[in-house]
Amino acid sequence: MSGVMSSLSTPGNVVVSRRAVTEAAWLRGLLIALALAFLGVFLVVPLVLVFQEAFSKGWQAYLAALTEPDAWHAVKLTLIAAGLAVPLNVVFGVAAAWSLTKFHFRGKQVLITLIDLPFAVSPVIAGLIYVLVFGSRGWLGPWLEEHNLSIIYAVPGIVLATVFVTFPFVARELIPLMQEQGVSQEEAALTLGASGWQTFRRVTLPSIKWGLLYGIILCNARAMGEFGAVSVVSGHIRGKTNTLPLHVEILYNEYQFAAAFAVASMLALLAVVTLVAKSFLEFKHQRDRERAAHAAARQEVS
Amino acid sequence: MSRNRVIPGFGLSLGYATLYTSLIVFIPLAALAASGISLGAETFWAVVSHPQAVASYTLSFGASLVAALINLIFGLLVAWVLVRYTFPGKRIADALVDLPFALPTAVAGIALTALYGRNGWFGQHLESWGFKVAYAPAGIVVALTFIGLPFVVRTVQPVLEGLERELEEAAASLGANRWQTFRRVLLPALVPALLTGFALSFARAVGEYGSVVFISGNMPYRTEITPLLIYSKLEQYDYAGASALGMMMLVFSFVLLLAINGLQYWSLRRRGGG
Amino acid sequence: MSIQVRDLRKTFGHFKALDDVSLTFHSGELVALLGPSGCGKTTLLRIIAGLEYPDSGAVLFSGEDATFTHVRERGVGFVFQHYALFRHMTVFDNVAFGLTVRPRKQRPSREEIAKRVHRLLELVQLDWLADRYPDQLSGGQRQRIALARALAVEPRVLLLDEPFGALDARVRKDLRGWLRRLHDELHITSIFVTHDQEEAMEVADRIVLINQGRVEQVGTPQEIYNAPASPFVYGFIGDANRLSGHAAGGWAELAGLRVPAPEFGQSEPRPVTGYIRPHDIQLQAGDKGEGVAVRVESVAQVGAALRVGVRIPNGDTALQVELPHHGGHWPFQVGEPVRALPCAARVFARDGAH
Repeated sequence: MSGVMSSLSTPGNVVVSRRAVTEAAWLRGLLIALALAFLGVFLVVPLVLVFQEAFSKGWQAYLAALTEPDAWHAVKLTLIAAGLAVPLNVVFGVAAAWSLTKFHFRGKQVLITLIDLPFAVSPVIAGLIYVLVFGSRGWLGPWLEEHNLSIIYAVPGIVLATVFVTFPFVARELIPLMQEQGVSQEEAALTLGASGWQTFRRVTLPSIKWGLLYGIILCNARAMGEFGAVSVVSGHIRGKTNTLPLHVEILYNEYQFAAAFAVASMLALLAVVTLVAKSFLEFKHQRDRERAAHAAARQEVS
Repeated sequence: MSRNRVIPGFGLSLGYATLYTSLIVFIPLAALAASGISLGAETFWAVVSHPQAVASYTLSFGASLVAALINLIFGLLVAWVLVRYTFPGKRIADALVDLPFALPTAVAGIALTALYGRNGWFGQHLESWGFKVAYAPAGIVVALTFIGLPFVVRTVQPVLEGLERELEEAAASLGANRWQTFRRVLLPALVPALLTGFALSFARAVGEYGSVVFISGNMPYRTEITPLLIYSKLEQYDYAGASALGMMMLVFSFVLLLAINGLQYWSLRRRGGG
Repeated sequence: MSIQVRDLRKTFGHFKALDDVSLTFHSGELVALLGPSGCGKTTLLRIIAGLEYPDSGAVLFSGEDATFTHVRERGVGFVFQHYALFRHMTVFDNVAFGLTVRPRKQRPSREEIAKRVHRLLELVQLDWLADRYPDQLSGGQRQRIALARALAVEPRVLLLDEPFGALDARVRKDLRGWLRRLHDELHITSIFVTHDQEEAMEVADRIVLINQGRVEQVGTPQEIYNAPASPFVYGFIGDANRLSGHAAGGWAELAGLRVPAPEFGQSEPRPVTGYIRPHDIQLQAGDKGEGVAVRVESVAQVGAALRVGVRIPNGDTALQVELPHHGGHWPFQVGEPVRALPCAARVFARDGAH
């Protein structure tokens, strides 16, 4: 998932200057056209359609759909879920990357596989597992009921499901980066008398900040947009347990298409902002990784 | 042991990471496994071999396979064009490839449904030619192609960038034409990355829910994917049935994850060796 | 400050990095830890620094046990092989780092820090680079900044891991002389690791030769070159012809060459290996007289020396001979029969181990 900005990492014009190993102009043009057509049909058109449909009944209907109390409540709940899930996963990601990259220990691979697992699991399963633990007939169900606590069909369940599906994002970005950076900068800081916290804050953190931010952006986009897992645990109680994506579904199923697309357009906008931020960060993050890889290569040579 | 670690924070970071992973991932997944096992072999088999379930597997796997194949071919094309050629808007196209990662699946679902529905921009033409996309298996393939699109591009792109131009120049100097060079020099070097991307795209597609539920129509035996079947069992409080099917999918995901890790390892070694 | 290490042992998995190492480093001296890669020299340096802890044994700083003192409190200056400069900090901030992380009470004032950093940058002759980032520096400059950074905390010991390993040959030579002069100026106990014997011979007061986790020999460069204690040292320091043969009665017979071997006074011949430096062999024209008859196979002039390759016909053994040469004709031509006469050699018993 760590995408690469090709146009930034390779000085673009190499191809043109080397006639011997490129294709004929017509073929190049055809391939570019085919690729762009594919991206256009599958990505651009749906994106454009979201905004077009959102405004199909005019500005006023658009604004009305967004300012309606249920919509506002969905916004708030989405922000709460992301606001809890992202920081939790950031702390986890940093801790996991620190332990996995700065030390050697047995069972490392097991932990790495477990960290990857939420990416491989269907969102519906992500919801299901929490229902099985916390639901009324789940492991802790009776106990929760006794103490008048509800997790499933309530906000805590939504937060948990969101945490699960966004669990690997930060750790996955940091582990390769910190692996390549090695431990010598931290060791240098320690020989100079820095404490553990000073070493982390003044040496490690600045060198991973772009990667960290990159992970946070991706984590946040998924947290705000998650549908399947949240849908399973939410119970779809309007104005209570509806996040933005669930609100879109409800409106759509009630044939309020313009309103559904209006709310969807907010999420689409979030996606576009995410992509812009991501492209920018990728450049910075990629540079850090290349430098680290460069240093690692130097180390191997000698 | 702690005496041997000069860099601080090992116990704290590993302890926290392990605890958090156990609480969020491991224990809930264990609950699913336990719940599936407690059904007993007979009930389990009855659920997972029910014709409705079997129909959903066929659909889920079939549609995911087709979508992953489409992404394999077009993903290679897009990666190739983005790495090798320059054209106006290239950076935007490159950034756009990640849209399926960033766009909530529900939004993708309703947008694709509107697009391929009877009155949609594409749907009206397709339907007049006799193709029904929305509320048919083809619609599911469209949605799964959308959500799996970035994987092949993003796994192939760095490998393609890392290939030395000397390889192609050497092939050309030995008399190979462009197609021969591609077939016999470039493509073999890309195989591990292509397979990894294909597997990632396939794995994502099999589990996908949000974008499919809108466009599929959700008719049992015809357009009902496995995750949706699990979902409806849960809605009917059939925890046992949901657990059994969930466990099937979990095992499948796990096997696929191991295969992907193996592929990535292979891919890395190939790159390191080349 | 003097440093002692006693009976150090360290294993990584099944690999013995250090096997019972005891050494003393005197106050103010510059010592080289020399050995092939993987011999344990870097591990020893890291244990002295406190970046690694030994499995058993002790490290003493001025007679006080410091084995498990944390690196933070140990007061060592460590220069990393690849410098480990903080990439996101300027040169100035890198050098100032050690001072700025001190607890508030012991931290010098901002002006004091600036003054000290500039003094150090002057010492390494790079004051003009204070505002640059490490990525903008050359290898040699980074090396000197890393040294200035290590010196900023006024360490009691200076430890350098392959200080010139990552530099190209010319910069390497310049920096060697510079490091020696700097040490003479500061007189701080310094230990550096190297696998380059020339570097160790040129810079160090004393050399510790390490092989497979054990100390092979300790001595001044002259001692080590002139009296190698083991076949390994002979092979590692300088060039040597390695010949097998037998020894008895105080003499050894090495592929026809007869050399004194006073350690082998017994009458029963024992298998031995002898080492002869190329410049310890004389060549005489003609095929009669002392020494063994050989045939010249190659002649090449390298600087002020002539390298002659000869072959002993019957044993089919090749010898490298080095003769001083000051221009003019070469005294020997390829194909010429000459006589080789060793004037110094060292003979070691050949047991199963070697």
